[in-house]
Amino acid sequence: MSTQPYRREGVTGRVLRFRFDGRDLEGLAGDTLASALLAGGVRAVATSVRLGRPRGVYAAGCEEPNAVVQIEEPFPEPMLTATTVELYDGLVATGLAGRGRLADRPDPARYDAVHAHCDVLVVGAGPAGIAAARVAARAGARVILADERPEPGGSLLGTTETVDGGPGRAWAAAEVDALAALPETRVLRRTTVIGHYDDNYIVAVERRTNHLGAAAPPGVARERVWRIRAKRVVLATGGHERFVAFAGNDLPGVMLAGAARTYVNQYGVLPGRRAVVFTTNDTAYAAALDLADAGIEIAAVADVRREPGRMWAARCAERGIEVLTGHVVTAAKGEGEVTGAEIAPRTGGRAREVAADLLLVSGGWTPVVHLFSQAGGTLRYDEGLGAFTPGETRQAAEAAGFAAGVTTLRACLADGAEAGRRALAALGFGAPGVTVPVVEEEPAAAPAEHLWLVESGDYGTHFVDLQRDVTVAEVLRATGAGLTSVEHVKRYTTAGTAHDQGKTSGQLTGGVVAHALGVDVAALGTTTFRAPYTPVSFAALAGRDRGPLHDPVRTTPMHEWHVARGALFENVGQWKRPWYYPGLGEDPGEDMEDAVLRECAAVREGAGAMDASTLGKIDVVGPDAGVFLDRLYTNMMSTLKVGSIRYGVMCRPDGMVFDDGTAIRLADDHYLVTTTTGNAAAVLDWMEEWLQTEWPDLRVRCTSVTEQWATVALAGPRSREVLAALAPGLAVGKDDFPFMTWRDAEVAGIDARVCRISFSGELAYEINVSSWHGLALWEAVMASGEVTPYGTETMHVLRAEKGYPIVGQDTDGTVTPQDLGMEWIVSKKKADFVGRRSYARADTSRPDRRHLVGLLPEDPGVLLPEGAHLVSVSAAASVPSSVASAALPAVPPVLPVPALGFVTSSYRSAALGRTFALALVSGGRGRVGERLYAPVGDDLVPVTVTSHVLYDPEGARRDG
Amino acid sequence: MTADPVADSVAESAAGFVIGRRSPAAAYSDRFAAASAGGAIRLAEIPFLTHLNVRADPASPAAERIGTALGVPLPVEPGVVTEGGGLSVLWLGPDEWLVVGPDGAARELRERIRGAAAGEHVSVVDVSAQRTTLVVAGERARDVLAHGCALDLHPREFGPGRCAQTLLARTGVVLVAKEDGFWVLVRSSFAAYAAEWLLDAVVEYTAVECRG
Repeated sequence: MSTQPYRREGVTGRVLRFRFDGRDLEGLAGDTLASALLAGGVRAVATSVRLGRPRGVYAAGCEEPNAVVQIEEPFPEPMLTATTVELYDGLVATGLAGRGRLADRPDPARYDAVHAHCDVLVVGAGPAGIAAARVAARAGARVILADERPEPGGSLLGTTETVDGGPGRAWAAAEVDALAALPETRVLRRTTVIGHYDDNYIVAVERRTNHLGAAAPPGVARERVWRIRAKRVVLATGGHERFVAFAGNDLPGVMLAGAARTYVNQYGVLPGRRAVVFTTNDTAYAAALDLADAGIEIAAVADVRREPGRMWAARCAERGIEVLTGHVVTAAKGEGEVTGAEIAPRTGGRAREVAADLLLVSGGWTPVVHLFSQAGGTLRYDEGLGAFTPGETRQAAEAAGFAAGVTTLRACLADGAEAGRRALAALGFGAPGVTVPVVEEEPAAAPAEHLWLVESGDYGTHFVDLQRDVTVAEVLRATGAGLTSVEHVKRYTTAGTAHDQGKTSGQLTGGVVAHALGVDVAALGTTTFRAPYTPVSFAALAGRDRGPLHDPVRTTPMHEWHVARGALFENVGQWKRPWYYPGLGEDPGEDMEDAVLRECAAVREGAGAMDASTLGKIDVVGPDAGVFLDRLYTNMMSTLKVGSIRYGVMCRPDGMVFDDGTAIRLADDHYLVTTTTGNAAAVLDWMEEWLQTEWPDLRVRCTSVTEQWATVALAGPRSREVLAALAPGLAVGKDDFPFMTWRDAEVAGIDARVCRISFSGELAYEINVSSWHGLALWEAVMASGEVTPYGTETMHVLRAEKGYPIVGQDTDGTVTPQDLGMEWIVSKKKADFVGRRSYARADTSRPDRRHLVGLLPEDPGVLLPEGAHLVSVSAAASVPSSVASAALPAVPPVLPVPALGFVTSSYRSAALGRTFALALVSGGRGRVGERLYAPVGDDLVPVTVTSHVLYDPEGARRDG
Repeated sequence: MTADPVADSVAESAAGFVIGRRSPAAAYSDRFAAASAGGAIRLAEIPFLTHLNVRADPASPAAERIGTALGVPLPVEPGVVTEGGGLSVLWLGPDEWLVVGPDGAARELRERIRGAAAGEHVSVVDVSAQRTTLVVAGERARDVLAHGCALDLHPREFGPGRCAQTLLARTGVVLVAKEDGFWVLVRSSFAAYAAEWLLDAVVEYTAVECRG
């Protein structure tokens, strides 16, 4: 196979075509992009981020520090490791230099999320994980087994070890297939657990169709976020091999020994032709022997130790492999890729160069303790491994297998089974009789010797973090600058902060720091492990919460009518409220200003209707309902007669306005109170909080009925005749149905409650029907032919003309009812109510508090922006002369200019024939008639302070 | 003052007005039916059911009398539903229940409960139009709901006769496990969101079967 010159002889499979860095290449089904590139002889895969050095494939899993690629087709995706990208037909990718590129178009793929629950979650389907899962699953527990790779087996995939007399890889596949067939067990392949949080809340990402490329079926989520709650967790997360810092250890062709073994065994790929092995421990010998069996010439093994494992040395001797004990590789040699290794006695002496195109490194193995540590577990240093292993945890979780520091296959299988049994015992399941699989006797390992760096006079290419281009020289600069903590060195050098989060470099960096400081690695400790374990795409995290499903839109029963009539909508919390209806007048092209003026005029002169269904509504029921409302509102509610309605204001204990609305007395023990649209839930919570925590003695129950009722506000001098026509059975006369009373009646044939209240100053009614009938009522009102629909903007203008504040617009949590000019609503008779005591504070009676006032711009066509600040005459003189107008006296500026207040509402008024505004102004009621200035852009707009009630101050219009 | 007790959704009043009832998810009936065609999932709205919110001291004689009057005891165990005579009583809180009955039963049921309360402090509020009832049924119903509900819906944990106030995606719901599926009681203003969310959630179970 000439297109795959480094494919191991005899390996066949379905051929897949792909393109990398513009080159057309071929691989086999089952390849990763990395294994296919190696098979094709591609050595330099990426470029280093800072130094621009060529980099090759270094590892065989998610710990890959070098081979970072950009997927171009079928859809752009940045910063993936070639070692975890499964090959598919049509893949187009390029190597990256540390930074990728997001797609310039929306991702058409579907992403979703799902919640799952289990008795036992096993993370990792290697020997220990499978052993744990089969014990737990056979007992009938609900088990989830999650593994990041497409195929189960973990370490067994890359070795030639046998289990139960057969290949380990086949054993793993059969065991996991059997588990997947159990009704209460779920096997999640291609699923990386990225976070382990409190109470065994686990987040994992499943890659479901990524590996299918363009053939991925539409409608199937490409990636899925799993949110798992597990009663027990077994972390069988295995280990990552680390390397050693020596000169040129980043050259393409330098590779972790275990990774090379995996490429040979799992993928049938030869990562080179002639290899030098550099090791600190026995594990690299197994790799060397497997490579030799595959036909790769092992030029030499440089073992830093004096005494390697005896059996390994013997096997090397059998094959004629030279083992140089007490030696180190001092440098990788080659331009752009490895052509040889410089080997020297560790204690110094003559170095010799050995030709090779592959340099395998093993600096020992580090247990993957990320999840254990994330979840709050402590770590302790294991002298034998030269790495940190799990200690104590407050979670119902434990590590098993190599993640727990267990080193042999036999022991990992036993440890996993024990972890499964302990999980069952903790959950109260009986332990099933499950036999531990049989494995070959493994020779006792000779102790490893933890070498972090090969000493040299120049540490400029002794890399510790390949992805961040951090060398020993930089670590020494950090320690030389006085840093003594690995956390500080991490931040100073950025070692461990790349996409791989230091999976291969973290322990190495710690070792080098300890070496430099002359301290113990154990005492130095590690940096903190944080989620996510591997990078996660934003698309996966967003899931289906995009577009229209990003946030719920709440609609009223009349919504479709408003949409059909071209209404524009205002967002009020999650509600969509009709804002105004452009084009419903004679001019189909009218803009907002014209539409609102038209709607306002219709209400002031004829009749208008607004969908007021969004107002919050709460049924307050019980013998103490009156007492309860007396305590929450500033005014008296218990004296309200059945059949009547009262406006009320609620304050916080600090005396500041919290909400306003009306209370309708339906019966002696039954009120219906309304709230502002945005505060409906907050007011109900407020009521429940007082009832449950302060006044449990009150016999009152509150129930939200916001959406039980649809409400049509019918307003204008002609509203009475419209209502009379719709409700022939209702006596609508001024005296029969007075202001601030309510009546039950049939309106348009629908059972309704009609309230005579007004938020515009005009004669007005609010007609409430069951929300099922909201649309029918609205259509009946519109069918009268005399009613103009109006939106919230018109409502705002009309109420502002009357000086009625909107809580949250004209108030901001620092405004008392008195500030709003509503001292009349604060009872002087009631013994107490929420907020009362604050009115005795000196601060709430300061004369310079900000009062709600009206503003009339001197130019009646000028519309002030809401939020504009207001300054006084003397302060105004401090502005540059270029903008000062003749109206400004030449008074020396007084700096800083004191802001007297700000505009809270500003509109054009059809009724007033001019613009106007409401504002909160310091001592405002004492400034009526005074001229203030609003700095707007480069202009100063002169305005006159007036009463906040600008229209019909005597209230003559409310009876029609 | 409450829902029209006449079952017909369109009728003519004495005064000649056409009175139409419209349920919150009425616009979705066709799309629900289309999504249910495959059989793995069934989505539907049960419109106009009677919902009464009842609040009472669970230890009071009134609570017991109400149970007797309804023919169904008010459940005292959290998250439990009692059923009988066409009524379901959902436990919503230590002193709060939702009585679910057939269309048009609100007035009569309310009077029955008030009568049983006999002057004790009991609140009975008609909330029939406050929420609508969506059905999520079929063999993949649990899988669909798991996309948006954090509760464990395994039959051992949340089998028929269980209910919960919880979140489905980003809206609060009352979730009820029935013998043949789930009821999702959702606020009327959120009904369109919930319907759109469900229709989107079922895509994978109605189009292509994909084993994870």
